[in-house]
Amino acid sequence: MSVIDKKLTHLALLEAESIHILREVAAQFERPVMLYSIGKDSAVLLHLLMKAFYPSKPPFPLLHVDTTWKFREMIAFRDQRAKDLGIDLLVHINQDGVERGIGPFTHGATVHTDVMKTQALKQALDKYGFDAAIGGARRDEEKSRAKERVFSFRSAAHRWDPKMQRPELWNVYNGRINKGESIRVFPLSNWTELDIWQYIMQENIPVVPLYFAKPRPVVERDGALIMVDDERMPLKPGEAPQMRTVRFRTLGCYPLTGAVESEAETLPEIVREMLLARTSERQGRVIDHDQSASMEKKKQEGYF
Amino acid sequence: MPDIAGNDMKLPPAEDFEAYLHRNENKDLLRFITCGSVDDGKSTLIGRLLYDSRQLFDDQLSALEKDSTHSGSVSDGGLDFSLLVDGLAAEREQGITIDVAYRFFATDKRKFIVADTPGHEQYTRNMATGASTADLAVLLIDARKGVLEQTRRHSFIVSLMGIRDVVLAINKMDLVDFDQKVFDTIVADYRQFAQGLGIRHVTAIPMSARNGDNITGASENTPWYKGEALLPFLETVRIERPEDSLGLRFPVQWVNRPNLDFRGYSGTIAAGLVRKGDTVTVLPGGRTSQVTSIVTQDGELEVAGAGEAVTLTLAHEIDVSRGSVIASGAVPVVAEQAAAHILWMAPEPMLPGRFYELRLHSQSAGVQISEIKHKINVNSLEKLAAKRLELNELGVCNLTLDRPLVFDPYSQNRMMGGFIIVDRLTNATVGCGTLDFALRRDANVHWQQLEVDKQQRAAIKGQKPAMLWFTGLSGAGKSTVASLVEKKLFSLGRHAYVLDGDNIRHGLSRDLGFTDEDRVENIRRAAEAARLFVDAGMIVLVSFISPFRSERQMARGLVAPGEFVEVYVSTPQSECEKRDPKGLYAKARAGDLPHFTGLDSKYEPPENAEIVLDTCAKDPETLSNEVIAYLREQGII
Repeated sequence: MSVIDKKLTHLALLEAESIHILREVAAQFERPVMLYSIGKDSAVLLHLLMKAFYPSKPPFPLLHVDTTWKFREMIAFRDQRAKDLGIDLLVHINQDGVERGIGPFTHGATVHTDVMKTQALKQALDKYGFDAAIGGARRDEEKSRAKERVFSFRSAAHRWDPKMQRPELWNVYNGRINKGESIRVFPLSNWTELDIWQYIMQENIPVVPLYFAKPRPVVERDGALIMVDDERMPLKPGEAPQMRTVRFRTLGCYPLTGAVESEAETLPEIVREMLLARTSERQGRVIDHDQSASMEKKKQEGYF
Repeated sequence: MPDIAGNDMKLPPAEDFEAYLHRNENKDLLRFITCGSVDDGKSTLIGRLLYDSRQLFDDQLSALEKDSTHSGSVSDGGLDFSLLVDGLAAEREQGITIDVAYRFFATDKRKFIVADTPGHEQYTRNMATGASTADLAVLLIDARKGVLEQTRRHSFIVSLMGIRDVVLAINKMDLVDFDQKVFDTIVADYRQFAQGLGIRHVTAIPMSARNGDNITGASENTPWYKGEALLPFLETVRIERPEDSLGLRFPVQWVNRPNLDFRGYSGTIAAGLVRKGDTVTVLPGGRTSQVTSIVTQDGELEVAGAGEAVTLTLAHEIDVSRGSVIASGAVPVVAEQAAAHILWMAPEPMLPGRFYELRLHSQSAGVQISEIKHKINVNSLEKLAAKRLELNELGVCNLTLDRPLVFDPYSQNRMMGGFIIVDRLTNATVGCGTLDFALRRDANVHWQQLEVDKQQRAAIKGQKPAMLWFTGLSGAGKSTVASLVEKKLFSLGRHAYVLDGDNIRHGLSRDLGFTDEDRVENIRRAAEAARLFVDAGMIVLVSFISPFRSERQMARGLVAPGEFVEVYVSTPQSECEKRDPKGLYAKARAGDLPHFTGLDSKYEPPENAEIVLDTCAKDPETLSNEVIAYLREQGII
């Protein structure tokens, strides 16, 4: 056999690895679901999902856990993408939390995230009986994520036990579970933030416009630039939104997501900015700052 | 651009930036692990690589500064890089690495995925997890301590997992005054040891991870060292992959059927190349076909190679499902018995004969470790006899599978030869292993020496072997109950078979009549045939009038105590004659059937039958349930 130089680039290898993982999910589980959070990682995940099963449609639906505090542009983008791709999109809101009036301004970041995100996610997983939930988390995001398996076991109570992880060798993934238990699956485990952007650029993947710099109304709070996305944001006395040219490196609930001042209006400019960046993307996330091991703790409790 | 030496970033001006990015998209990827003893400075080395390649951001650094002071592990107020990689709360509390952590960095030439693996013996399984996907290992040695037991154990796991390139990072050279003699002695020591392990390339580098000597560039402190510093070496090292020499290996993950007009097979190419039009063989089964297209969402390909995730379509409608392997060239092995190395990873020991699930690429099969040839002391490499494998123990074993497995030896291809073992009750991954070769009967004249015995054959079916001997008059209901029992066993997933008197007389005993001599010979043949079934691990149901006690006793003696179950189907002759399902009593009464049992040939009822079934009092369904209940009681099923 003659040697053909088909040396794969690192992006091609990452893509193939993720596709392999997605296909394993389809083959090993009865009722998988892909968590779709609308951000850049979800955009890449969705793109890979379409590739993995082509020419078939993805054999499982998307689920968005809506905290009701997402940027309006995110919701518009979500609905447009689902329509364009013709895929099933389930949206779950913790109605109990809504009735109790839970929100980041009234209850703080921790309670809001727990009720509207973590509890809501568990409700949705239980309601539909999903046995596998695919998420876009990457190992380079945070220290405890760096330790997590690609197929990560969850008890019937959705808990993660970091000390009892199943050994995971080669590309052989153990998806065996008993009734009620589930597996969280992370196909983007080995991608970095830079890989994500390079891939978005290479594949021309649509992303929420909030990632690109534009004049936006923001207020500065505790060193973070918070965008005033709707009238629910209470302004403090003397506080007035200012128009600043900003963009977001990461997207979540708007009151909890800090913008960065930036002139990057195109994908290459974003990547260029990233290469010069001196802070990590999670710095903009208010929920991570409580304590060093906070992500590990939240994940044990069922957070994605 | 990210300058590894930590200099200020110099990016090209914006207009050239796109060209720069496209160049960067074409980097390749090197996966490596770091391993070594607890205080060899592994985490410090990774922290140093991340720091020097500017993968650490200001907020992470400030957290690190805070934590370094907090943990107090660095006395002079420096940064404790290990806190960057030990991500779990328990690890930070105990100051040890428990689980493998994956870290990422890139230079202009390559992107790297580093698996930082634990040093403690108790977490060997996590080291194996990290090593299974690595191309290269960086093995740290403390210059003051030299080659330790842990160094040897890690080298052994590294070689077991198929890593052929090792960087011997002799660290903390600053603490031995950068003495070349110390370095040379350790290197000579290690090379001698590594020779026996099949580690092909050992590159030794003197360094200080703490101070950055020979990490990114040549150190002034080691003028005697002429080799490359660590990072330049990692950027350029070429990894030979043995699978390059194999033909196509395409394990099918998922059958892709969007509509009736398209049937494709999705998977990742484990080895070799596939071209449109290639003739391929599908295993197991061995049917051949041609590749009609290589489908991806980005368009059809003419050729695809190892590592690519594609969908193939074939010219013929042949049986291909998840677990099938589409192959070309010298095809892989298909076997139900194989020799393998197994690393046990669970607190409960591995017991030969117990039934587990084996997962190899997209295949899964029931597996039993039929024999532990020996275990290997991973510290001394000594071979030891073993009856079981405990946590973190490694054994050379023979496996028996419940279906044919398609594989290549692990030394030729990791994806085709690396498997995990899963506990069928807890679902935990309890072991991993590498397949060495198939054990083939036809290649072995003395195949019985494979030492698979009837217990093992039976255990793989989830049962104990047994001979259920249904005896009774003609028309008593033996075959009716026996076949009901067989159906029930079948639906329970057990392997059973009915040897029926009438059917045996059609073939095996067609030369025999109904004289007493012939009846005895007939029973002997049936009993011997039944014995082979028992030896095969089956539950065999013999449904024979078998009128004489001595022949039933003979049959009982052919198998081990407890395996023979006499089932007396007790029906009075008057009742049998009334039923007369085959019209035989009528014929016999008419004088057309001489030597008819119960009429002119005697029937000796059992005296101590294990089971007595009263067909007048109960229906066949109830009676068959009684038999099943007995089998359960006895632990046969």
